[in-house]
Parts: sequence; C-alpha cells; structure tokens
Amino acid sequence: MSDLQRPGADWELQFVIAGCAERRLPIEIVGSGSKRAVGRPVDGTVTITTASLRGISLYEPNELVMSARAGTPLSQVEAELAARGQMLPFEPIDLAPATGGPQGAQTIGAVFATNMSGARRIQYGAARDHLLGVKGVNGRAELFQAGGRVMKNVTGYDISRGLAGSWGTLAVMTEVTFKVIPWPETAATIIYLGLPDNLAIELLSRAMTLPVEVSGAVHLHASVAARLNHPGLKSMNKSVTALRLENFASAVVGRKQRLKEALKVYGKALELDHRETLDFWGELRRLSVMPNRQTLLWRILTKPTTAPKLVAAIKRYMPAEAYYDWAGGLIWLEVPAAADAGTAEIRRVTAIHGGHAMLIRAEPSVRAAVEVFQPLSPPVERLTRGLKAAFDPEGILNPGRMYANL
Amino acid sequence: MTLARMPEPDRTVLDRSDAIIKDLETLIGVDGVISDEEGRRAFETDALTAYRQIPLVVVLPRSTEHVSKVLKYCYENGLKVVPRGAGTSLCGGALPTADSIVIVTSRMNRVIEADFVNRTITVEAGITNLAITDAVSAEGFFYAPDPSSQLACTVGGNLAMNSGGAHCLKYGVTTNNVLGVKLVMMDGEIVEIGGPYLDSEGYDFLALIVGSEGQFGIVTEATLKIIPKMEAARPVMLGFNSCEAAGQCVAAIIGSGIIPVAIEYMDRPAIAVCEAFAKAGYPLDVEALLIVEVEGFEDEIARLLRDIVEIARAFDPKVVEASSSADQSARIWKGRKAAFGAMGRISDYYCMDGTIPLSRLPEVLSRIAQICAEQRLKVANVFHAGDGNLHPLILYNANDADEARRAELAGAEILKLCVSVGGCLTGEHGVGIEKRDLMDVQFSPSDLAVQMRIKSVFDPQWLLNRGKVFPLSALEASERPAADQAA
Repeated sequence: MSDLQRPGADWELQFVIAGCAERRLPIEIVGSGSKRAVGRPVDGTVTITTASLRGISLYEPNELVMSARAGTPLSQVEAELAARGQMLPFEPIDLAPATGGPQGAQTIGAVFATNMSGARRIQYGAARDHLLGVKGVNGRAELFQAGGRVMKNVTGYDISRGLAGSWGTLAVMTEVTFKVIPWPETAATIIYLGLPDNLAIELLSRAMTLPVEVSGAVHLHASVAARLNHPGLKSMNKSVTALRLENFASAVVGRKQRLKEALKVYGKALELDHRETLDFWGELRRLSVMPNRQTLLWRILTKPTTAPKLVAAIKRYMPAEAYYDWAGGLIWLEVPAAADAGTAEIRRVTAIHGGHAMLIRAEPSVRAAVEVFQPLSPPVERLTRGLKAAFDPEGILNPGRMYANL
Repeated sequence: MTLARMPEPDRTVLDRSDAIIKDLETLIGVDGVISDEEGRRAFETDALTAYRQIPLVVVLPRSTEHVSKVLKYCYENGLKVVPRGAGTSLCGGALPTADSIVIVTSRMNRVIEADFVNRTITVEAGITNLAITDAVSAEGFFYAPDPSSQLACTVGGNLAMNSGGAHCLKYGVTTNNVLGVKLVMMDGEIVEIGGPYLDSEGYDFLALIVGSEGQFGIVTEATLKIIPKMEAARPVMLGFNSCEAAGQCVAAIIGSGIIPVAIEYMDRPAIAVCEAFAKAGYPLDVEALLIVEVEGFEDEIARLLRDIVEIARAFDPKVVEASSSADQSARIWKGRKAAFGAMGRISDYYCMDGTIPLSRLPEVLSRIAQICAEQRLKVANVFHAGDGNLHPLILYNANDADEARRAELAGAEILKLCVSVGGCLTGEHGVGIEKRDLMDVQFSPSDLAVQMRIKSVFDPQWLLNRGKVFPLSALEASERPAADQAA
C-alpha cells in the first residue's frame, strides 16, 4: 500500500510533488480511482488523489463556460449544469462499468486527463475541444496555468488541449475550465434492425453527410444489442443501427422525416421517443453493453468506411463482438482473454487498414506485459519523450501508465 | 510603429549569404529560390505592415521533400527560418529578420484527397482557406473555420495561428477542425501526426502544433474535417441605444439555448463608416448594431429568427430587421464584411484582437474609449460578440510617428485591459512580434517557462520563427537555449 496524499490546495500539491521529485519517488495520480484499471498499472510509492480539490469555481451560463477544481465529481458538474438547462457537449463516457471501477464516480479532471468522449463527439467534438483552460502542477512542482476562460484564445501555445489525454503523466491538473452547451429541447432516435456491418456503416456514413446534425451514430452487433435494457431491442436478436437527432421539437420532427426519407433503401425505421432516447444513449454512455466480464475490451479508432473490414479481419484470428460508435470511426471490440491480449493480430490488422488501438480491459498482469496504448513511430516517440522530460524530468508522474519507461 | 524590437542579425550568416543561396539553389532548383533584392522585398512584411525587414533569401518549395531538404540544410548550418503562407498575419507572425531564410508554402496548394463518405479532406498547406470549401461545396460540404482573410490566407497559416472567424461560435476554431498533419521538423525529419480518424494516439501533439505560430516545424499537409452545409442561413439585424443593451441581448440569446452561427457587433463609429461604404441600410442613430445569423432548414430558420426577435424585445431595440431573402441577407452582411476595408479608406488603423468575458463588455467598451481619448485617438469597434473576441480599430495617421506610437501604446493598454477582466491578449490573430512583450501580462514566469520548454522539444536551437511569441529578453538572457534558462 503506497502512501496516500490528499492535498486540499495547490500549494499542498506542489509541496508533495516537490518532495517526491527530490527523492525521485514515483507517484500514482488518481481522481476518484474510476479509471485505475485502465492503462498500464502504475507502481507508485506515493498516491496523490485530487479528491479534495473540489468545487465549481465559476459558472456563467450566459457565456457557456464553467470552471471546476479537478477533483469535482462529474456528477456534481452535470447536476449543476442540468439545473440551468445545460450539459457537457461531448457526453463523457464512463469506463467503470466495463472495467470494474466505481460507476458514476469519475472526476471532471479525469474526464479531460483521459479525453474520453461519448457518442456526441461526432457532432460536437471531443472533450479536448471543449477544454479552454487548465491550472496544474508539473513534475518540477511548478504551478502553472494555460489557456483561460474565453472561447477564443490563441495566446501562446495550446497547452490545455495538449494536456488532454495525457493520463496524468505530464502534470496534475488542479482546475479545468470548459465550454458547455444548452440541452436540446428534445431528442429522438431512429433505428434500423438486422443490418450487416458493412451496410450499417454505409447507412451511418450517409446520414452524417446530410445537413440534419446527427448527434449519435452507432451500430451494435446482435449479441451486443441483446445486452441493452430496452425490452424491445433486447429481444429482437438482431443488430441495432441507431441515429440520434437533438434540437427544438419541430426541428427534430422535420429532420427525422428527412433522414428517414434519405435512408429508406435500408428498410423501415423504428423510432425511440425522447425518454427512450435518453435511456438508450445513457446506457451506451456507461458502456454497459460491454460489461465487466472475463473478456478483453479494445478501443480502435479508424476511418468509418474501414471499420467493418477491420473487424472482419480481426475475426479471422479470434471471435469478436463489436459496438461501433462515431458512425464507425470508433470500435469497441470484445475479444476472448489471451496472454498477449491478441495484441499482435489486432495491431497488425489495424496497421494494415489504418488507425490505432488501445487495450481498455485486461488483467493487470496482461496490461503490464503488452503495449496498452498504440505504439508510436520513432519520431513521435522522440517528441513524446521530450515532452515528458519538459514537464516531468524525473519521470515521477504516473510512470509507465501510458508507455513502459515513460 | 517601432515598439517591438527584433533580434540582431548574425553577421557571420550575412557574410555567407552568396554561398547559402548557391547551396539552396542546388538543393531545390534555381526557380525555387528568390535572392535578388526586389524579389526579396516582396516578403519584407506581412499584414502588420508597420514592421519591415528584407530577409536573407526566400525559398518556395514544391513538395514536403523540398521543405525537408531546406530545413535540414538550415539546421546543419544554424540558419534561422521564418515559415510563411500568404503573409496575411496581422501580428507580424511572418516578419523576417535580415539573417533568416523565408520558406513560403504557396506553391504547395493541391487538394490531395477529398473523402466525402468519411467527411475529410487532405490538402497541401499552401492552399487558401476558401479554396478548401470551394473544393467540397459541390458535394454539399464546407470547411468551417473562416478567418476574414479566407480568400487569401493559406491553411498552413491558419494552422500556425489557430485562426477563427465569424462562424466559430458554432463550429469552433481551426484546432477543432484538424485531424492530422504532416510536419517537417527543423532537422528535416518528416513526422505524421494524427490522420483521418478522430482522437489521437498518445499525447495530443496536434493540439500543440496548431497555434504554435510556426515555431515547432513546417506543416506541409493537413487532413481536415468537412461538414455538411446547412440548407440555408439568414441573419437578423438588431440596433440598440446602448452597448449594455446589445451585450445583454447577446447573453440572453445564448442563455436561451439558441447557438447562432454568428453574432457580430458594431459600435456607432463603425456603423457610420460601414454604411457610408456599403450602403447596407444600417441605422445611423443607434449606439450598437448586432447581426445574428442562424442556419438550418427554412422552417427552422423562421422559427429561430422569431425567437431571437422576441428575446431582443426585452432590450428595447430601435431597429429589428430579420432577413427573408438571400438578397436581404447579403445586404445586411455587406457592411460588416467590408468593415475593415471601409475603415481603411478613411484612416490608417491599428486592429486589436483581445478577448473578454461577455459580461464585462459595457465596462470594457467604455474603458477602450477612455484609453484612446487619453492618447487623443479615435476608435471604432467591430467584433465577434458571441465569443467576446473584440477588434477595436484605433484610427491614426501612419505618417505621423508620434501618432503611430500613441496608437501602439493605446493598443497595449487595451490588451492589458482584456487580460485584467479575465480575457486574453489575442483571440485569433496570434502573438507574433506584436504582443510578444505583453505575454508576461497574461502569464507568470512559470507559465512561460512551461511553454518555452515545449518549444525546445520541437526546436532545440530555436531556429524556427525566432523572436516571436516570447519576450525577447528571455532569449537574450544567454547564448544557451531559452528553455535551459527557464529550467
């Protein structure tokens, strides 16, 4: 059990990191710990949690901006936003149900540190696109800030977005400032059943080229759709291909008609109303269709048109069940447990078709033994090492979390 | 204007200029190198014309390999490099020094691939911003970031400055619309970052490269998001008796849940100048004019414009004109789009680019008027109100050195004011040389040190666009790289 530090102020965090830097003690950084089972395991002598750095420090609904201390639970952020009819545009997903962490516990700092966006990413952009400013402490124990609280800001380098997705290996964020948007007046989903992967992705891609602002475009294998809560969809034993529209009520009605008309060659569409739409996409957001079980879970990014070929190619080597998000651009892939997590095949297939893959769920011993994040090209690896050294020269922040020896 | 100083040129480099020119001609051919004085003079300044310096030599590569060869040569010979697109930078971002090699990407302007199914386009860096939309519009798509100079500016320059435009309120700035780049590092190595997929593997280098003002490498190709074009867009023009009312109206529109594609603001002096030029039918008896544009299908637009007008009623507008036709829309936009040109017809002006939280608008506008009055100068304000990006235009006579100096002083005061109310020094133009010496108003020494160390990761010898972005004192403190200083 490592030494647990729970700083309540920026200066306390600086003090702890300065002490560790001096003695070169490795630190594991956690928010609520909801993603502790994701990435390579960190063997920290010291654990720092941001859980006491909490609270919303600024909220201007009329300017669509909020600042919160990094350890603020996402649930608190979302409740505060919902009370003013607003939300986080990128719909952060919760990896916990799929990886065995505490569900619904993630902190706002971790949302940005891991840059994990949900279905709405396809319309509104990723978590990193909404990050306007950051305060943090780097591995040199320097408190710094980057960005600010205004939407347009090109003053200096964009370090805030540069820190998004760095999994706590460059700095410990203490406060984040981000853009929010209003909740749409209503939402609806249209669903096509029983399409094979290639037709489903063709349909989703076609929908994305229409000016109707689709805010969710997913395809679930039949076996995955059977894990949905929706009684109708669950019992069909068919693949589910779903499109979401969100807008004011009359616009949703009009756009739904246009969409169905354009897609009629793919068959007759089912419809989910506002309430069912919230439930359906809420489930996907919690990744509950990829539940925590004795299988491996991969997250693969590719071109939508490539996705079905990529999954078919992997299936030649191992059984695989897929949930395609982002119109096919993101594949959540469940495969049987294996000592090397199927890494060699999955990376080879991904390399051939284009894209990159991250192992999300596996036993700690597996995650310690294989490359969890996509291996980097030699020049990008050099830049990666350079950036790490610039922020954290002693290599004490989450060492090895993303890449071995980094 | 002469407040910003440039680094002294390296005499030993100037003495070697003939040999350097010969070497470059050997590397990429005689037609890719401009060495005569008249030819070089065309590159002595960008759109911040108050600063001028003829560079040592200008290179116009035709390919990524050319860029790589030239950079490798410069790296091995310790030569400073200034990357340049179309030279539309308003902050002196492409200003050369006497000992620098200017690398111009304008000959690299092809569309490499438009992939409509996957909604991406891959282009060379020298293509103009508008040409990207032109390349995809027949298929019903557009490229969202739309800086005012989009007819001329290159996407390479847009990437360097993370440029925005009127439509960023809904679609975001450049960084939100870029998926991948091909970057040539200072040592000539070609690096691919990102690609035609969403989200990056490993660290988000794309986020750092976009907006790095040409200090990390030279982008030669970019893969960009393209977006289906909405069926139509129409504006409503709203005139108010006070800037407070206009500001509150903007907040109320956004607070109501409507996100327009653009909300543009003009104050009384700007309205007068634009109307005199464009005859757009702007009211001359209001203090503030808003142009609010929404988009969607025709029936949706009608409803949104109705809602906006209803919201505006609470702020007692003197003028309400919702467009109902393409001609009317074009007329309403004509004045705003001509604002900078129209202003230039009556006076030289210094265009500032700070961003503020919208709630501070009234006090900021009144302080801007006060600051300019103290310097005995006039000011007009035109800006993107939806995201608080101000463009005060300080009017002055460029032939009067004292007036020019006062304009620059007033500009600096205005930018400091933006920072003091929670905003920033630049919303879309970049820091360049113009705001370089104000960086410590917004950032602490440790904030700047973090940034300078990142610069050193990409360009350890600080050869790329040296003398920009960071206060010169930090560079001059030692012969060693600035990052070592910061450490």
